[in-house]
Amino acid sequence: MTVLVLTVALMAAQIALGLAACLAAWRMLIGPRAQDRVLALDALYACVMLLFLVTGLRMGNDFFFEAALVIGAMGFVATVAAAKFLLRGEVIE
Amino acid sequence: MNPAFADLPLWVSLPAAILVLLGSLLTLTGAIGLVRLPTFLERIHAPTLGTSWGAASIILAAILVYSMVEGRLVIHALVIGVFVTITTPVTLLALGRAALRRDRAKAQADDP
Repeated sequence: MTVLVLTVALMAAQIALGLAACLAAWRMLIGPRAQDRVLALDALYACVMLLFLVTGLRMGNDFFFEAALVIGAMGFVATVAAAKFLLRGEVIE
Repeated sequence: MNPAFADLPLWVSLPAAILVLLGSLLTLTGAIGLVRLPTFLERIHAPTLGTSWGAASIILAAILVYSMVEGRLVIHALVIGVFVTITTPVTLLALGRAALRRDRAKAQADDP
């Protein structure tokens, strides 16, 4: 019973998070201006980070957790650099 | 499939399952809002649903399951929660500023 409940819930969560990542990627494709694409990239990073957490919970593997941490740090750096570029036209002044 | 799930009692696995479902569905709602909302300044609010309560709910479920499996308090998932909570406002503040500046520059350029 507990195995069934957790397995079904984690599978549904994986499907929902994958769908959310696909929607963010769709916004990145169509997004009319550059800031929309950067925002969609940030949302995509967040979705994939949560997806890795859920997958690690389902597999019982601790390495997924560290991968999620790295993805979170990468997403922060990438989005801040892109926003800085949009603001000033250069990343490092 | 995690082999440790078989040892979990139902009063742990049921709240964990509900929390994981809630978090993922909130994240999905945020992504739908990111696609459906009409202007950028409305769209910038939508994905924060996933980075605030969505992340918190999934992290709570992970803490619950890992703590019950190992028989002690395991809160290493909180690191991700704290990191996301600190970084999301910083990135979105920078992005909103950039968007505002670009919109003003575009309006000025469009003016005859």
